[in-house]
Amino acid sequence: MAQVTLRKVVKKYDEVPAVRGVDLDIADKEFIVLVGPSGCGKSTTLRMIAGLEEITGGDIAIGGDVVNDVPPKDRDIAMVFQNYALYPHMNVYENMSFGLKLKRRPKDEIDRRVKQAAQILDITELLDRKPKQLSGGQRQRVAMGRAIVRDPKVFLFDEPLSNLDAKLRVQMRTEIKKVHQKVRTTTVYVTHDQVEAMTLADRVVVMNAGLIEQVGSPNDLYHSPATKFVAGFIGSPAMNFIPCKLEQAAGGLRVKLTDTLAFPVPADRTSRYTAHLNKPSLVLGLRPEHIMETRPHSEPNQHDFDQKIDVVEPMGMETLVYFAINGTDICGRVNPNAGAAEGRSMKLRADLNNMHLIDDTTGKVL
Amino acid sequence: MADAALAAGTVRPVKYGSISRDRKWALRWSYFFLVLFVIFFLMPPVYMFITSIKSKAEIAAVTNPWWVYSPTLENYIELLSRNQYLIFFRNSAIVSVCVVAVTMLISVTAAFALARMKFWGSATLATGVFLTYLIPDTLLFIPLFKMFAWVRDTTGIELMNHWWTLIIIYPTLSVPFATWIMIGYFASIPKELDEAALIDGASWLQTLTKIFIPVALPGIIAATIFSFTVSWAQFLYPLAFTTSTDQLVLPVGIVTTLIKGDVFNWGEIMTGALLGAAPPLIIYAFLMDYYIAGLTAGATKG
Repeated sequence: MAQVTLRKVVKKYDEVPAVRGVDLDIADKEFIVLVGPSGCGKSTTLRMIAGLEEITGGDIAIGGDVVNDVPPKDRDIAMVFQNYALYPHMNVYENMSFGLKLKRRPKDEIDRRVKQAAQILDITELLDRKPKQLSGGQRQRVAMGRAIVRDPKVFLFDEPLSNLDAKLRVQMRTEIKKVHQKVRTTTVYVTHDQVEAMTLADRVVVMNAGLIEQVGSPNDLYHSPATKFVAGFIGSPAMNFIPCKLEQAAGGLRVKLTDTLAFPVPADRTSRYTAHLNKPSLVLGLRPEHIMETRPHSEPNQHDFDQKIDVVEPMGMETLVYFAINGTDICGRVNPNAGAAEGRSMKLRADLNNMHLIDDTTGKVL
Repeated sequence: MADAALAAGTVRPVKYGSISRDRKWALRWSYFFLVLFVIFFLMPPVYMFITSIKSKAEIAAVTNPWWVYSPTLENYIELLSRNQYLIFFRNSAIVSVCVVAVTMLISVTAAFALARMKFWGSATLATGVFLTYLIPDTLLFIPLFKMFAWVRDTTGIELMNHWWTLIIIYPTLSVPFATWIMIGYFASIPKELDEAALIDGASWLQTLTKIFIPVALPGIIAATIFSFTVSWAQFLYPLAFTTSTDQLVLPVGIVTTLIKGDVFNWGEIMTGALLGAAPPLIIYAFLMDYYIAGLTAGATKG
C-alpha cells in the first residue's frame, strides 16, 4: 500500500512562495499527473515528495508515514528526470543496478531484477552500452528501468518526455502507460503538456501560481472545469471566452454577446444562473468544437448565427475558423467540406448544451 | 513548360571555391605560425640535448655550437654514477608524488563541498580559495620563516632544511588552483546526476567517489598534471628552505652543485636538466589520452 498524502504543503524560497498550501490524496496504484504552466509549483511539489526539497510547512506522508524529515533514499521512491540523469561512465546494466548495489542486495537478485526490468522496457540488448551510445528514447527507457528495478512505493516523473521530439514523445507516452499497467505502482507525473496529462492520468491535478486549481479525471476537467484557468488550460485549441451579459428573456434566460447576437440559455441551467442576472464581467465559455457549421438537423439548445470568417486553418480532418465578436477572437471547428472561406460570411452553429458561464472577477465557473 | 523553367533555372553562373580558397590561406598562415612556435619552443631543449652529448673540450672549443663532432655519453655516465644527482632525483620524486596526493585529496573534496553542498558562506569561500592563488609566492617566504621558527620554538620540530618540509609548503600553491579547476568541473556536472544518486541511496561520499570523480576525470587529470608540474619545477621555495646537499631537490641541486664559483659545468648541467624534464614529459604523454573531454556526453540530453 502506497498512498501519498499532502497536507497544506508550503514551499518558500527566501520568503517567496513557490507552493502555497497544497492538499492532495493520491490513492494506491493511482496515476496522478500534475499539470500547469511553468512556475506553477508542480515540479517543486514533486521534488518535495521526493525529498529533494525541504518543505517549509505542512506534511507529506507516503504509505501512511509522515516523511517530512526522511532523506530521499529512505522514502522508497524512484524518480525519472527530464534530462534522464543517467550516470555517463556506467553502462545500462550498471546504471540500473546502482541503487540495488548500494543497498548491498545479493548479486543474483540484482541480476534477476535488472533483466526483468530490461525485458519490460525492451532494452535487454542495450544492457552493456554506455548512455552516450543510446538515442533519446532509449535513454528515457533506461531511466525508467532504473526506477522500475528498485521496485519503489512511488514513481515520480519530472517532465520525462520534454526532451524528446514530437513523434517519439507520443510513442513514449503510450510506453509509460503500458509500463504502469504492468507494474501498477503509485505514480506522480509532472508535465506542462495538457495532452500528456489527459492521456496518461487517472486523475489530473491542475496547478496555478502555487495552488491546486482543480483535481479530477481527465473527462471531469474537460467537461466541467471549476475555474476559468482550468477551462482555458485543458483542451486544444483553448476554450473561447466571450464577454457577455445574462438577461431575462421570454421563457428563460439568455446570454447577450452583442446587440444583435444573443443565445437562449438551456432551460435546465436557468435556476443555477438566475442569481447572476445582470452581473457585470460575465464570460461565456464555449469550446471550439461547440461552434460548428450549420446542419440540416437541429438539436435542442443549438443556435445558428451568421458570421464573417477572418482566418481559415485546414487541419485535414477538420478546419479551424477564426472570427471576432466585439473584438474577442473566437475559434470554431467546422467540417472541411463546409465551405469556410476567409473574408466570407458563413452560417455557424453554437451548441449551448456545453456552455460555461464564468464570473471573470473570481475566475469561478458558475 | 515547367520543365523548361526548371532547366533555365539551373543554368546560372556558379562561382566555385571562394570558401576553400579562404580556408587554404587560413591554413597557410596557421602552418607558418605553428612552425614559428615549434622552432621557438624546441630550440632550448634541442640545444640542451646537443650540449649534453658533447665532451667538455668540445663545449669549450670554438666550433659550431649547433653541431656535435664527436658525440659522447660521458656527461650522462658521470652524472648518473654520482650519488648526489640520484638523491636530488629521489627527493624531487617523493616530494612531487606526495604533493600531488595531498593536493588532490584536499582539492577534490573541497571542490565537491564548495560546488555542491550549499552551506552558509560557500560562495565566499570559493572566491577566497581563488584569491589565495593570486598572492605571489615570494611574498610568503618571510611569513613562512616566521611560522617555522614558531613551530620550532613551541614544539621543537625543525622544519628548515628538510626536503619533506616542501610537501607541506607546495600545497599552498597547488591546492587553490586545483580546487578552482575542480569547482569548475564539478559545477558542469548536471544537478540531476547527484539527485539521482541521492535517490538511489548514495551518501555524499559515495556520490563523490562513484559519480563525481569518474565523471570529472578529465578535470582531475588536469589538476594532477598541474600540481605535479608545480612541485617538480619549483625553484624558489627549495632554494629558500633547503640548504644541505642531501636535502636538495633537482632544480636547486643542479644549480648549486654543478656551478662551482665561476665554473659552469655546462655538459652536466644540460644533461641534468634534460633528464629532469623527462618525468613530466612522460606523464603528459600518458595522461593526454585521458584528457579528451566528452566523458560527460550522454549523461543528459546530448
